[in-house]
Amino acid sequence: MQLLELQNLKKYFATQKAVDDISFSINEGSIFGMLGPNGAGKTTLLRMITGIFYPDSGEVMFNGKKFDPQSDFRNIGYMPEERGLYKKMKIGEQAVYLARLKGLSHAEATQKVKEWFIKFEMQSWWNKKVEDLSKGMSQKLQFVTTVLHEPKLIILDEPFSGLDPVNANLIKDEIFHLAKNGSTIIFSTHRMEQVEEICDHIVLINKGKKILDGSVNNIKQEFKENIYQLGAKTLPENLINYIFEVVKHDNHQVLLRLQNDATPNDVLKHFLSQGVEIQSFNEVLPSLNDIFIKLVEDTTKARQFQNIQ
Amino acid sequence: MNKTLLIISREYFTRVKKKSFLLTTILVPLVIVAFYAVIIAISIKGTTDETKIAIIDNAELFSDSLSSQNTNLKLSFIKNETEQSFINKYKDQGFQAFLNVPDFDISKPHKFFVHSQSSLSLTNSIAIEKLINKAIENKRLLAKGIDPAVFKSITADVQVENTIDSKEGSKKGSAGIAYLVSFACGILIYMMMIIYGTQVMRGVMEEKTNRIAEVIISSVKPFQLMLGKIIGIGAVGLTQFAIWIVIMIVLQSAIPLIFPDIMQQISSGTASDEDINMIATFTQGMSALPLAKILFLFLFYFLAGYLTYASLFAAVGSVVSEDQQEAQQLVFPILMPIILGFVIMTNSINNPNSTMAVFGSLFPLTSPIVMMGRITYDIPFWQIAVSMLLLIGTFLFFTWVTGKIYRTGILMYGKKPSWKEMLKWGFKKG
Repeated sequence: MQLLELQNLKKYFATQKAVDDISFSINEGSIFGMLGPNGAGKTTLLRMITGIFYPDSGEVMFNGKKFDPQSDFRNIGYMPEERGLYKKMKIGEQAVYLARLKGLSHAEATQKVKEWFIKFEMQSWWNKKVEDLSKGMSQKLQFVTTVLHEPKLIILDEPFSGLDPVNANLIKDEIFHLAKNGSTIIFSTHRMEQVEEICDHIVLINKGKKILDGSVNNIKQEFKENIYQLGAKTLPENLINYIFEVVKHDNHQVLLRLQNDATPNDVLKHFLSQGVEIQSFNEVLPSLNDIFIKLVEDTTKARQFQNIQ
Repeated sequence: MNKTLLIISREYFTRVKKKSFLLTTILVPLVIVAFYAVIIAISIKGTTDETKIAIIDNAELFSDSLSSQNTNLKLSFIKNETEQSFINKYKDQGFQAFLNVPDFDISKPHKFFVHSQSSLSLTNSIAIEKLINKAIENKRLLAKGIDPAVFKSITADVQVENTIDSKEGSKKGSAGIAYLVSFACGILIYMMMIIYGTQVMRGVMEEKTNRIAEVIISSVKPFQLMLGKIIGIGAVGLTQFAIWIVIMIVLQSAIPLIFPDIMQQISSGTASDEDINMIATFTQGMSALPLAKILFLFLFYFLAGYLTYASLFAAVGSVVSEDQQEAQQLVFPILMPIILGFVIMTNSINNPNSTMAVFGSLFPLTSPIVMMGRITYDIPFWQIAVSMLLLIGTFLFFTWVTGKIYRTGILMYGKKPSWKEMLKWGFKKG
């Protein structure tokens, strides 16, 4: 079932088409990656989903109905890229306050904050102030305040920036856990290796337009270049052949690209017939990073300012 | 609505719990009262101190009469001494000072000299001057053949007292007290508007630069956040007033306990000293004013004025980012009418019905302050009604426009927008 559906969203600023006719939908319980270079329009898009901005045109459908900030605020947890907390406010009080703004009662909010603080080993922080925290620590706190009220839709904008590997793993595990319990997660980043690891489904946005949409596996299949890697005890000197071209090789390994409608079986037959002792053979799919760079590279590196009438 | 209340209570309690709030709230009236108490204490102490003064009366000026009206001075006449011979002795004989009256022409008196170890106090030197003048006048009267006793019986000494006729009967009034009350109310509103207005602006800027605004706006409407902040900080201001009033009442009832004799003198009407008279005039003057009306108008104009300006300050806070200087530039046009109001107010205390005063107390940007200048006078009812309606209308209009500027500004980073852009946001539909 679809939790969120964007229909032809547009948002123009004075000098930018920040979001220019974007549509996609997100399934309930999935981890959805939103990728794009700096200034692609990701944050503007997220702000429209959270109801902070109104779209110039288009609709945001939430849970099958038109998105209504008043009733749907409760169902959304948003962690913006620029972290925001009151510096002078005590951490426990602050977490309770933010949860109550989402509509939890005082008792309920206090209870939840305590649970999460125990889970993340933050109990001793309760009476400290945010200004006493390191960047990574306040990151953890921000994450807790985002997911505390058990929203259906959790939006995380660069959630791992500034975290050490241990804490990054802690949050990563928590993201999987939340998704397993039915929350839908939108994960916005430009760090591809994280996306590959975490996300079921991704869209790629560039210059305000969607340029890619699909599951991670499908996208990789779509962009694959029929490259295989073969490992052997010793490789013959002469590798020139009509069924593949050599991309890279040394004495034990060769990276090859199929040619002339050849299949992997043809390659194996070829080497077997030469008496080569094969140790490994596998397809090499492009990384999302390669796809991303390939798609974005053709366009200019940075967005230019333009006049919107 | 519940969320707005939540925001109000956060804004309120984080400020009220601060040490600096307690300090200023309690220290300000204490400093004022302590100052007041020191003055009273000094004036009481002054009455008990005696100054012994010796007089060498070579001119026989005081031979006919010497009546020292002032009990502070103890006078003794010294015979068989000259100015030069006595100058080294008076201190050893227990005198603080001595007055030398050489032989002189009664029609053309010159300067007289008082010798003392340390400088003579103002009251004492005035008392001595009075003494000499009186004696010379007596001498002159006698020279013209007039009996000083007859002269005294024909001199008049009357005082004018102002009685204010109101429904509750006649009361003693005091122009000075009315002036004081007007001025105090005006300056309080002026200060509160600037102090709490800037606090609103700073609070908004803090939320914007900390980026907490974005988190909160994904939970509540921007307008709720703005309104919560304005009302919360306004409540802090009211709390401060309330504490001040309580402290004042407590201290006022404590004055008779600290200085029992003064109050006794005032109530029995036997107070003679000028300082004590002043306190009597003050209490009488205060009770002559329509205090309930003044309090009501003060609270109304404080609240409405604060709300009107606070929304402007909030809008300014929302459009600037981090740069204090940018904020100052934008705040200046807001401060202008407040300062103008203050200037008109000081003027209208003396001319409460001048065109300027009437205009200033109707014009909504200056009325909260200017009206205070006229508060102790009888203001025509229609003027109060029109002034209040205009102020409320302006407040609603400003809040509507600034709410939209705020909504756009709070999420914009980078360049400071121009006035034109801000107005465009303010009047944008939706």
